[in-house]
Amino acid sequence: MSEHRDRPPIAQRKVSRRGLLGTAAGVSAGALLASCSLLQRGEEAPKLGATADEIIKQRQLTPEDVTAALMTYVPSGKYDEYLMFSSTGHGGQVLVHGLPSMRLLKVIAVFTPEPWQGYGYGGSTNEVLEGGYFHGKPILWGDTHHPALSETNGEYDGQFLFINDKANGRIAVVDLRDFETKQIVKNPLLVNEHGGCFVTPNTEYVLEADQYSVPLGGVYAPITEYKEKYRGVLVFWKFDREKGRLVPEQSFAIETPPYWHDLADAGKGPSHGWAFWNSINTELAIPGIREGRPAMEIAASQRDMDYLHVVNWKKAEELVAAGKYEEINGFKVIRMDVAAKEGVLFLIPEPKSPHGVDVTPGGDYIVVAGKLDPHVTVYSFAKIQQAIQAGNWDTDEYGIPVLPFEQCLEAQVELGLGPLHTQFDDQGYAYTSLFLDSAVAKWALGKPYREDGWKLVEKLPVQYNIGHLAAAEGDTAKPAGRFLVAHNKWSVDRYASIGPLLPQNAQLISIAPDQPMRVLYDCPIGIGEPHYAQIIKRERIKAWEIYPEVGWNPHTQSVDPNAVLKVGDERIERRGKTVEIWGVLLRSQIRPDLIEVEQGDEVIWHLTNIERAKDATHGFALGGYNINLSLEPGETQTIRFVADIPGTFPFYCTEFCSALHLEMMGYFLVKPT
Amino acid sequence: MTASMTQAMTRTGIRQALSAAIARIGDRVPFLLAAVALAASLALPYWHMTLLAPQYPSGLRVWIFLTKLAGDVQEVNGLNHYIGMMKLEEAATFERAIAPYGVAALAGLALLAALLRRRWTVWLSILVVIFPLVFVADLQYWLWYFGHHLDPHAALSSAIKPFTPPALGTGRVGQFVVETRFDSGFYLAVLAALSTIAGIVARLRGPVQRG
Repeated sequence: MSEHRDRPPIAQRKVSRRGLLGTAAGVSAGALLASCSLLQRGEEAPKLGATADEIIKQRQLTPEDVTAALMTYVPSGKYDEYLMFSSTGHGGQVLVHGLPSMRLLKVIAVFTPEPWQGYGYGGSTNEVLEGGYFHGKPILWGDTHHPALSETNGEYDGQFLFINDKANGRIAVVDLRDFETKQIVKNPLLVNEHGGCFVTPNTEYVLEADQYSVPLGGVYAPITEYKEKYRGVLVFWKFDREKGRLVPEQSFAIETPPYWHDLADAGKGPSHGWAFWNSINTELAIPGIREGRPAMEIAASQRDMDYLHVVNWKKAEELVAAGKYEEINGFKVIRMDVAAKEGVLFLIPEPKSPHGVDVTPGGDYIVVAGKLDPHVTVYSFAKIQQAIQAGNWDTDEYGIPVLPFEQCLEAQVELGLGPLHTQFDDQGYAYTSLFLDSAVAKWALGKPYREDGWKLVEKLPVQYNIGHLAAAEGDTAKPAGRFLVAHNKWSVDRYASIGPLLPQNAQLISIAPDQPMRVLYDCPIGIGEPHYAQIIKRERIKAWEIYPEVGWNPHTQSVDPNAVLKVGDERIERRGKTVEIWGVLLRSQIRPDLIEVEQGDEVIWHLTNIERAKDATHGFALGGYNINLSLEPGETQTIRFVADIPGTFPFYCTEFCSALHLEMMGYFLVKPT
Repeated sequence: MTASMTQAMTRTGIRQALSAAIARIGDRVPFLLAAVALAASLALPYWHMTLLAPQYPSGLRVWIFLTKLAGDVQEVNGLNHYIGMMKLEEAATFERAIAPYGVAALAGLALLAALLRRRWTVWLSILVVIFPLVFVADLQYWLWYFGHHLDPHAALSSAIKPFTPPALGTGRVGQFVVETRFDSGFYLAVLAALSTIAGIVARLRGPVQRG
């Protein structure tokens, strides 16, 4: 059983107000004494100016506030138990928070240049960003939605993180050895995507699907030819764990009718080898308000049922191996008639306009949240298989098998208004976000999880308009329980006013066993809009403290042939109109520190931080040329540019590294021609 | 005969047997031990220093072996350059170069003394006894040399007066508390020295052949 089970949370039992205050006072006083004694460096601890009781009174804290503080406070110098990776929406990045403190540990630059990390301001990170350019056009933002940690046997393994860009149909790979983005791939079939990233139980594939259908490849076709020419795709990106890269040549897609695909999840356990996407706009509505058509929100909400897509990806793999695919823009596509005929793609009706589709920890049920329906609909994977075996299905207008809803249904649980996403704990409970109710619903799964299954247990109001929610390891084969974070779209009145663009509100919620859920902490997110998030035990991640060897190229994850390994080996070479510099950085020098070129020269500048001390990062900024690198201990980067502006350019270290940091500089002189 | 007498006789018997055995090999074993200890000391650090400062919560450590330096040498060198101190590996380069042969020779002398009961082997083994003292003297010399040959152009040269870091003890340079300690290799060398003294005493008491 997971380790936290041995350590009951502080507020395990109900205690009297007086007793609680007393305990809290004792603990707080202890902490205060400890901090005072640290400050006084061994001198006798002074008497407390205010006892904890007085602080509680002064700050008007309730007993619930005090226990929440005690459950979330992580003392100075101590580590959090969990890390949460969340998307930032149109901020285009990934956030890393510690739980339960909710402290922000890092903003991982992914689709948006980020100067502090030197991301997109020279060096190999420019190449990463270029991987996501669209027909050569720089795209310097993204709309990140669904981070997916790599998995082994259905559990997070802490090695990689995948994140999608809804706006431009791209996926990025983050290596969790150095928490840096290594690859961005643009899907050549679609323009826009939502149903990613989700991984198969051993990260064989990273799942992705289009949201708004386009003709395959994103080519032009009149909107009136929507039914005939527009198509959906369900995409399986092959992941090479050794290389840490997605491999387009070994990836494939399945063509579908132009239904809009929403969220996805991969099967596991008994449903391993299968994947599930839900869909909206099976009405095949098209925009055109001025042309007299209804607005999309109305036109796409006419039918009572949309379609859950059920995909046998093991079978699809076989079809690809057998050559039963077409190449479109260099990407393998199984056509939908083949997918239908070969038993790769099935549809099951699902209540209208659903949002989340989440596979239970055991892989036995698929939970679809209604959005416009107050229920979650639970499908049994075993029943789906029986329905497929039985073979008595209809087809949709494109000839795709539609399995009978009733035959696949296990249960429907009425939760409230606007159910969106579902996560799980280790006690057999599920937690579903209710957007319209602004609440989290806790409900019991049925057998084999619980005897008292398929019913609502409790609802907790959250502030406000919850979208995704994430429980600790709550979408894996072994959820950890205890904590859940509600990612609320609106904060309205929760924080001091900072102008009309308000922060998002991430709320930490206790889901400790046998206790009512409660909000422990509000964390404002002022850097983007988190959609999905995943929460992983800290120990699962084995990040490097410094790069393994001096001269490390983080892009190739190996020693760079152009690295300078020691002081004194730096040099400058001129070949015709090219000036190549091999330099080093160390406290507190950039060597060489004087470089003179002629206007129009091509400059290739290799820079190696030869430091081996943890945290001895150096920056390298060349003002006027839009260059800023972050060189972490051991890192090598190469910048290339044409010295087209004549003049005198001081370059310097941007990361305050040492007492003589200001002196860590040099001059780059460009002689006019 | 009383029981206590029997006991006393038995005890005398054991003692006699023991001293006979010791007489046979008692002047060989200590030399042998010294040879082994010396050879083993080559693989172990003789001295180490620990630097403690607020921004290095787990400290920096440098181990001095007879043949090499280990630990955070690069980091300590990097810090030392601010006060104009030479790089650690520039110290005792000659000593490090000859150390494997020198110590092998000393171990050889101890071995010789163990094998040959001759007076000259005893005299030569005295080199093993004085070896730890030579190490300490050399270490002290280099500490003095480093502290008194600071680059006058270094960034912090005006802030640091020439000094001799202690070979054993605790000193302070800037924000660093520097703790220096002898390490396992040195203690083996001391063991070798003491063992050799024991061997010499045993040898001089016992039968020594001339030559």
